[in-house]
Amino acid sequence: MMLDVNGTPAYAYTGGNAFDPSRPTAVFIHGAQHDHSVWALQSRYFAHHGLSVLAVDLPGHGRSAGPALRSIGALADWIVALLDAADVREAMLIGHSMGSLIALDTAARFPSRVTKLALLATAFPMTVSDTLLDAARDREADAIEMVNEWSHSSIAAKPSCPSPGFWLHGANQRLMERVAERGEAQLFHTDFSACNAYRDGVERAAALQCPVQVVAGRRDAMTPPRAAHALIGAMKQAGVTVDTIMLDAGHALMSEQPDATLAALFSFATRSA
Amino acid sequence: MSANRFDTLVLHAGAAPDPTTGARATPIYQTTSFSFRDTDHAASLFNMERSGHVYSRISNPTVAVFEERVAALEGGVGAIGTASGQAALHLAIATLMGAGSHVVASSALYGGSHNLLHYTLRRFGIETTFVPPNDHDAWRAAVRPNTRLLFGETLGNPGLDVLDIESVADIAHANHVPLLVDSTFTTPYLLRPFDHGADFVYHSATKFLGGHGTTIGGVLVDGGTFDFTTTDLFPEFTQPYDGFHGMVFAEESTVAPFLLRARREGLRDFGACLHPQAAWQLLQGIETLPLRMDRHVANTRKVIEFLLAHPAVEGVAYPELESHRDYALAKRLLPRGAGAVFSFDLRGDVAAARRFIEALSLFSHLANVGDARSLVIHPASTTHFRMDAAALAAAGIGPGRIRLSIGLEDPDDLIDDLKRGLKASQKTEGSRP
Repeated sequence: MMLDVNGTPAYAYTGGNAFDPSRPTAVFIHGAQHDHSVWALQSRYFAHHGLSVLAVDLPGHGRSAGPALRSIGALADWIVALLDAADVREAMLIGHSMGSLIALDTAARFPSRVTKLALLATAFPMTVSDTLLDAARDREADAIEMVNEWSHSSIAAKPSCPSPGFWLHGANQRLMERVAERGEAQLFHTDFSACNAYRDGVERAAALQCPVQVVAGRRDAMTPPRAAHALIGAMKQAGVTVDTIMLDAGHALMSEQPDATLAALFSFATRSA
Repeated sequence: MSANRFDTLVLHAGAAPDPTTGARATPIYQTTSFSFRDTDHAASLFNMERSGHVYSRISNPTVAVFEERVAALEGGVGAIGTASGQAALHLAIATLMGAGSHVVASSALYGGSHNLLHYTLRRFGIETTFVPPNDHDAWRAAVRPNTRLLFGETLGNPGLDVLDIESVADIAHANHVPLLVDSTFTTPYLLRPFDHGADFVYHSATKFLGGHGTTIGGVLVDGGTFDFTTTDLFPEFTQPYDGFHGMVFAEESTVAPFLLRARREGLRDFGACLHPQAAWQLLQGIETLPLRMDRHVANTRKVIEFLLAHPAVEGVAYPELESHRDYALAKRLLPRGAGAVFSFDLRGDVAAARRFIEALSLFSHLANVGDARSLVIHPASTTHFRMDAAALAAAGIGPGRIRLSIGLEDPDDLIDDLKRGLKASQKTEGSRP
């Protein structure tokens, strides 16, 4: 559905069911150069199992109007504005990669609006190499190709996603290309720069007040599991309950292990506090 | 992990050791149906909340390996295995449009495709305008407000017209419709149409993909390039579909709403699915595709060299020859070779062509191409027999036109066989053997 967020049209996929703000809500936040469709299976399942779903297209991505926002903090503010626009008082936030930082920042700064936090393929710092940043700025096609290769751990992930017969490398490559076509110039660079510049991760992790789930891919070459240690340590030190799940997957957790990702997220979402 | 190079993908894409048994080769999942873990699992599979297999008409693990492998080789986002190449063509058209729609197609098509478009689909309210494949103005002029697809073959029947994919794709996209390409003759080893702007590709996998003349099958590949949301011509993808719980396919998948609808509607309702055993046989062929295609092309070049020098041959139509009108285009699009199917004109009439075919022993006389064995056919009396003399002449098919599909035999043996045929063809009635 389309929402008006700060006077700008924003799209959120509602999982094939009409959005109902009176039900518990889960907000799915995609990563760099992606859109809502990376959550197709998990969000659709949530929407048909008692939750309301907002799988967003971040500003300037997919169907949401730009401009793209240039910092994780601004994107977190946007998530709260989106909740306001959808008349949602509080929600569970689920973020992948860049989306995990947005979810983290939102949950820490707006604790009354976030019930639970699921961080998939997260890292802090989420450093992006100069080589990749330069490619994203000057040679976007090369950057897309590099990231696509690093995102997958297999050329035979089963049962594939969103259905058998999909070639995940091709689908992810084309999605990033489509987001680039629809978005403003150098969108990938904008996203990566926001990740690279984010400095508040540990501080925000220590300020969390809600339960957290961290889902990592054992063979993730983009955000390897060890890259989440600093965040997890800060959360635990602050007394936050952290549930860590390790999946046999690369960075593209939702497509390489759609069922295991769903099982982790749904059990966390429906678990009593 | 890198998506690997072509010669690796032919062996590995889509297939890992079987998680249950460890079987290294892809098992044949010879089953109609798949057990559900519980009622919720069942419901979520039916409602596309999970990926997985329900019933082998919709998907099957062996078929999925075949689909994912061909998609990987083509550089697409996914694929659907079908009962035949014709089923793949029908699935593409039936997914994109309904009665009242229009297709612009190359006039240089496989006879079966021509039949489907010109006769059968017209009965269902879908009309086709045929245009010469490389007449760009004709493509443009044929587009109507109800046009929903442009369609051609990478190498068109029977003169091997090379489709200028980039130019025709530009015309399609300027009119907000996709381009579908039949890539059967070239396979992704020789040409990947998505690299040049095509949106959908299909194969009669029966031919070079399978490669051994054993198995009928097809595959429809989605390049993921056509954005249905930029036009109002395709409500099938952008509006709720009552036939699947109000699903809006373009919201479910940003890059492959076509593939989702083709499987969830087309396979479900038309049912022209690929059999898992056929998928397995086709996979065996694909594993050696690069090796075979190199040999097919090398043998073809040797045979053509022989034919060009033979006095009983009036001409050979092959895009690698400077005499072919698409020579320059072939050089650009087909650097690895222009395939292994071509036609030549025998000096003489229909009777000469018959004598030629009947004198051959290695070449098999049958209606197929892309076998490991070499094949021969006389189009005027077989594949194009419905066309009258005027139509044959318009299509450039003379009475002595012979089509060959060059196999993997020793090329010198093929040439010896052709020598016998050519000698027989030039004998007059009543002359001594």
